Amino acid sequence: MQASNQVSTEDIIICRGVHKWYEDFHVLRGIDATIKKGEVVVIFGPSGSGKSTFIRTINRLETHQKGDIIVDGIAMTDDVRNIEAIRSEVGMVFQQFNLFPHLKVIDNITLAPIWVRRWPKAKAEQIAMELLARVGIPDQAHKYPGQLSGGQQQRVAIARSLAMQPKIMLFGEPTSALDPEMIKEVLDVMKGLATSGMTMLVVTHEMGFAREVADRMIFFDQGLIVEQGTPEHIFSNPQEDRTKLFLSQIL
Amino acid sequence: MSISSEVIRPPSRPGVARWLHKNLFSSWWNTLLTVVSLALVGFVLVQAARWVLFSADWSPVVQSLRLFAVGPYPAEEMWRIWLALGLATWLLGFSGGRAGGIVQTFALALALAFVALALLPIKLEYLALASRLKWVGLAAAALIGFGLGRRIKLTARWLTLAWVVVFLLTLLLLGGLRNQAVLPFVESGRWGGLLLTFLLALVGIVASFPIGVLLALGRQSKLPVLKALCVLFIEVVRGVPLVTILFMTSILLPLFLPPDFRIDRVLRAMLGMTLFAAAYMAENVRGGLQSIPAGQVEAAKAMGLNGWQTMLLIVLPQALRVVIPAIVGQFIALFMDTTLAIIVGLLELLAIGRAILNSNPAWLLRDMEIYLFIALIFWVFTYSMAYASRRAETALGLGKR
Ligand SMILES: Nc1ncnc2c1ncn2[C@@H]1O[C@H](COP(=O)(O)OP(=O)(O)OP(=O)(O)O)[C@@H](O)[C@H]1O
Ligand SMILES: [Mg+2]
Repeated sequence: MQASNQVSTEDIIICRGVHKWYEDFHVLRGIDATIKKGEVVVIFGPSGSGKSTFIRTINRLETHQKGDIIVDGIAMTDDVRNIEAIRSEVGMVFQQFNLFPHLKVIDNITLAPIWVRRWPKAKAEQIAMELLARVGIPDQAHKYPGQLSGGQQQRVAIARSLAMQPKIMLFGEPTSALDPEMIKEVLDVMKGLATSGMTMLVVTHEMGFAREVADRMIFFDQGLIVEQGTPEHIFSNPQEDRTKLFLSQIL
Repeated sequence: MSISSEVIRPPSRPGVARWLHKNLFSSWWNTLLTVVSLALVGFVLVQAARWVLFSADWSPVVQSLRLFAVGPYPAEEMWRIWLALGLATWLLGFSGGRAGGIVQTFALALALAFVALALLPIKLEYLALASRLKWVGLAAAALIGFGLGRRIKLTARWLTLAWVVVFLLTLLLLGGLRNQAVLPFVESGRWGGLLLTFLLALVGIVASFPIGVLLALGRQSKLPVLKALCVLFIEVVRGVPLVTILFMTSILLPLFLPPDFRIDRVLRAMLGMTLFAAAYMAENVRGGLQSIPAGQVEAAKAMGLNGWQTMLLIVLPQALRVVIPAIVGQFIALFMDTTLAIIVGLLELLAIGRAILNSNPAWLLRDMEIYLFIALIFWVFTYSMAYASRRAETALGLGKR
C-alpha cells in the first residue's frame, strides 16, 4: 500500500549543510534536506546516529552551529522572536509524552492556545474537546495525566500539539515508551493525521507505519543522511550497503 | 456483555479485635511490650495530670492573660486589637465558606476555640464578662463570614485583595497615626506578647516566600552578575546565625541610614527575619526546581511558551508542590525563631513570660507553669501549620504518581 497524502510542491522545511557538535562530538555532519508541505517523512537509522538531535534542531530544542534551517519561511536565528514564532508553528510529540502532571488533560491542551495564541478560554476548550474526540478519548478531559494509560497519555500529547494548529508535527520516537498493545492506538491517530494533510517528520522504528503512510524515508547513520526515497525504494531496492545492513537487522 | 454484573468488593477492613490481636498481642513478647508501654504511658499521664490539676499554681498565667496576649499595649486602646481580630476572623470565616477544605476547617475550629475561651473556668476578675462576650462575638463573626462566604461568589483575586486590605488595616489600627486623636499613635515598642510573635512570624512568612522564590530563580539565571549576587546573599545569610542578622538589622542598619530616616524597631526585626528566612526558602525552592525533569521545559518551549510563561505556569507550580513539606517545616522554624527577637529588646511571647515571672516575687518559682503555657501556645500554632501542610499535600496528590 502506498501513502495517499496531499503533498504540495511548496518547501516548508529547508536544511542546508546543518552541523552540530556536543562539545567535541560531531553529531550532525552536514544535513541537507527539504521537506514539502503535507509530506510525511520517516527518519530511521541506528541508535546514536543523530535522528533525535536532528528533529530537535528544527524547533530549536537544540542549537546547530553551522548551516541554515528555514521553517515555514522563517530563518532559525538566535532571535528569540523568530524561535518562538517557529515553535508556535511546529508541534512536537516526545517519547516520554511530557504532559504537565499538575494540569488536567483539558488544561494541558488549552494552555498554549490561551497563553501563546491568546484565544479566549471557551474557544480553546471547545477545540480541545474536538481534538480529544479526534484522538479517541473525549471522556478523559477532566482527569490528570497520571490517571491515564501510556497510550492515552501519548494521544493527549498529540492533541496538545495539534491544539496550536501547527503547520508541522515532529514526532520523536512516539511509541518507543509504550507497551505493545498501546502502540497501535497511537499509530492509528498518527495515520489519521498523515492523511489529513499534516506535514510530519517522524523518528520511529515502526517500519509497518513507515511502509503504510510515509511519502519518503530518510536513513540516518553517523550524523549523515545516507539514503532516502519512497518506502518502496527503501524496502525493496536499497542502494547503500549500510541501509541494507540496517534493514536486515531490524526486519 | 459477558462480564458478570456482580460487583466484587475489596476485602473489608479487619475488626477492632483482629487489629488489636495482630498489632499488639501477636506473641508473648509483643504482649509484654504492649503492657509495659501502656503502664509507662499511663504512669506519666497520671503524674502529669496530677501536677497540672493539683500541684501547679496557674495564677501567674491566669492573672496575666492580657499581657500574654498583647504585652504592654495600652489598655484604653484595646478595642483596636479586638476590631482587627474581628475583621481578620470574619474574613477567615468568609474564605472558609468560599474555599472549603482546609480553610473551612480552620475557620470553624477557630470559632470553636473562641467559644472555649469565652467559657474558660477562670474568675471574672481575670477574664471579665466583657472580654468573654467579645470572644463570643468573634466566634459569631467567623460564622457570619462563613455563611456569607458560602453565598457570595467572590473570585480568588478579590479574596486575596481583601486579605491585603485587612492586613494593612490591622497595621493601621495597631499603630495608629501621629498628630490626631481618633487613632492615637502606639509605638511598636508597646506591641508585645502573642500579638507581636504572630505579626513577626506572619510578616516573615509572607514576605520571605516571594523573595526566596526570586532568589532561587536568580540563582539559576544565565546572567552572571545577577546569579553571583543571589549566590552571595544566600550563602552569606545561611552562614550566619539569626541572632547576628537581627543585631545587624536592628543596630547596625540605623547607623548606615540618614538620622531622620528612622525605621521602626519592630520593622527592623521583621526585616532581619525575612531576609534570614528568604535565604533558606531560596534553597528549598531550588531543590524543587531541580526536581523538575528537563522534558517539562522542553514540552513547554516546543509549544511556543516563552521563558516566563514556562517558569510561572509549568516549572514553579510543580517545584513548589514538591517542596511544600520543606517550606512548611521552615515556616514552623521561623515561627519559633521569633523568640530570638527578645535579644533586640522586643517583648514577644517569651520575653513577656520572663517579664511576668520577674514582676512578682511570689511567682518566681512558677516558671514551670509560665513556660509550659508558652509552649502550649507555640504548639497550637505550629501543629496547625503542620496539619495544614499535610492536608495541602493530600489535596494536591503529593506522594502519588
Ligand atoms: N546532551 C548531549 N550531550 C552529549 N552528547 C549527546 C547529547 N545528546 C545526545 N548525544 C549524543 O549524540 C549522539 C546522537 O544522539 P541522538 O539522540 O540524536 O541519537 P538517535 O539517533 O536519536 O539515537 P536513538 O535511536 O538511540 O534515540 C549519540 O551518540 C548521543 O550519545
Ligand atoms: Mg533518539
